[in-house]
Amino acid sequence: MKPAGLVVGAGIAGIQAALDLADKGFTVYLVEKNPSIGGRVAQLSKTFPDMKCAACTLTPKMIEADKHRNIRLLTYSEIKDVRQEGKAFKVKILRKPRYVDESKCTGCGVCAQHCPVEVANDFDERVGVRNAIYIPFSNAVPQVYVVDREHCLKCELCQNVCTNKAVDLQQRPQTIEVDVGAIIVATGYNPFDPRKNEEYGFGKCDNVITGLVLERLLAKSGPTGGHVLRLSDGRIPQKVAFIQCVGLKGKEAGNLYCSKVCCMYATKLAGLLKEQIPSADVTIYYPDSLFDGDGFEEFYEKAKNEFDVKYQKAQVNEIVEKPSHNLLLRVKNLEPNENVEDEADMVILSTGMVPATSGDFGGILSLKTGVGSFLEAADPSKDSVTTNIEGVFLAGAAESPKDIERSVNQAHAAAAKASAILEKLEKTNTLPVKSSQ
Amino acid sequence: MEQPRLEQKEFEPTILAFCCNWCSYAGADLAGTSRFEYPTNVRIIRVMCSGRLDPTFILSAFRWGADGVLITGCHPGDCHYVQGNYMMERRFAFLKEAMDQLGIEPERLRLEWISAGEGEKFAALIRDTTQKIKQLGPNPLKTA
Repeated sequence: MKPAGLVVGAGIAGIQAALDLADKGFTVYLVEKNPSIGGRVAQLSKTFPDMKCAACTLTPKMIEADKHRNIRLLTYSEIKDVRQEGKAFKVKILRKPRYVDESKCTGCGVCAQHCPVEVANDFDERVGVRNAIYIPFSNAVPQVYVVDREHCLKCELCQNVCTNKAVDLQQRPQTIEVDVGAIIVATGYNPFDPRKNEEYGFGKCDNVITGLVLERLLAKSGPTGGHVLRLSDGRIPQKVAFIQCVGLKGKEAGNLYCSKVCCMYATKLAGLLKEQIPSADVTIYYPDSLFDGDGFEEFYEKAKNEFDVKYQKAQVNEIVEKPSHNLLLRVKNLEPNENVEDEADMVILSTGMVPATSGDFGGILSLKTGVGSFLEAADPSKDSVTTNIEGVFLAGAAESPKDIERSVNQAHAAAAKASAILEKLEKTNTLPVKSSQ
Repeated sequence: MEQPRLEQKEFEPTILAFCCNWCSYAGADLAGTSRFEYPTNVRIIRVMCSGRLDPTFILSAFRWGADGVLITGCHPGDCHYVQGNYMMERRFAFLKEAMDQLGIEPERLRLEWISAGEGEKFAALIRDTTQKIKQLGPNPLKTA
């Protein structure tokens, strides 16, 4: 029998790594802490530089991972403890209670129709709302509802209306243990929290939003049906400012590394904005820029010349909200060097990436971190996937900020490395293969 | 062949939809999971790419009694296989002409681009297509 692998994090990198290993015939446990797989890419409207719809790349992969005979999806689960046993690992996985039986829920949604609670939807970056019993987004995988006990009124309406008796508000957390020969860590990133840069007023001014909020506004399946509106009054914005390097590069609140994707995603979003609102005046204020990929420079030229997006090398020092909810920008232009004031009716903060985990998963799985606390390979000068623990590999934005293409490539690399280890274990037959569940 | 007629029953067409795996099938999926309503007249067949469709598939569908055929693919420039949807577009022009000569209304065949994010557009397309085929009536090959 073939040994199994473990993939931590089911974003695009984790899904890809799991698919690669599963296609080679290895059993893969794909662990995701959220109720659905998909990760950050699921939130995006389009991808750069080809401007393809992000869902067209991701959704078929999510479904493939769900249907793959060798992949065991463990959503809403977390790694609790990892112990080494010979050349293999014993992994304890906590299955958080969904309060809905995965084997019984058909995803019909009747429970959510009856739920009296409405709370901000994190998947829509808190622009839209969801119920206390919910599915994170409509094409979530698996199509199984989950109860948010923090906001649940315990009215038990959902439990009563479910014809399949899938809702079980008494469900308890469960711990399972699996034996694996290799682990791929693909825990991804979080966007930098712009509340830490108080001068930008995010969270206080309705019309200061982040790039991810704009992604949700532009998404056809998003809370506004794909229309960009000001959150203060629902008007169509006419003067839009993007602020680059938020939380990064020399700001006191932030970090000292480049997130590598913000220049491109801001350019992409600016282009999509101009496509939707041709009369809008869009300016990107950037203290520094980076376009290092195939077709990136051409993409930037196209945005500048064809879509008439303005680029201004500047540092924005402060944003002040006016009574009209318009925003006054105090800008320090860098070329030429001067202080100016500008007005915008919508500001988009291009927030950088910060790692989603500390690298400590419990037990022996404690990984080295490097620049910006991202996970670091044992010897980054040799390869970026092999860690200091034999049999553990890195993939995706958990290792360093990177775009989708590079995340997927790194996932292929990590899966190739992991499958080499698993094949060796299979030949020497050193792994106790039966897992206890 | 004379078919037994039920009294005053509205004609319910059978429409065959070929959806590509990458964009439009995922779009159809999204329409379902988002709970958009559309008529039940459509039978979906998933193909890896709209470019996979041999013109004979479509002609066979009409020969075997489909009242309409809908082909959906990725938006121009979005094709997972780079140019499959462009190939389909060229076959589509040919097919329209062939159908005209065979005596099948070319309007029974439709080609549209649906992305994985356009669940609502998919549902609207099915509603619209069903409506149009209803107006056209049954496939003439069925009664010939």
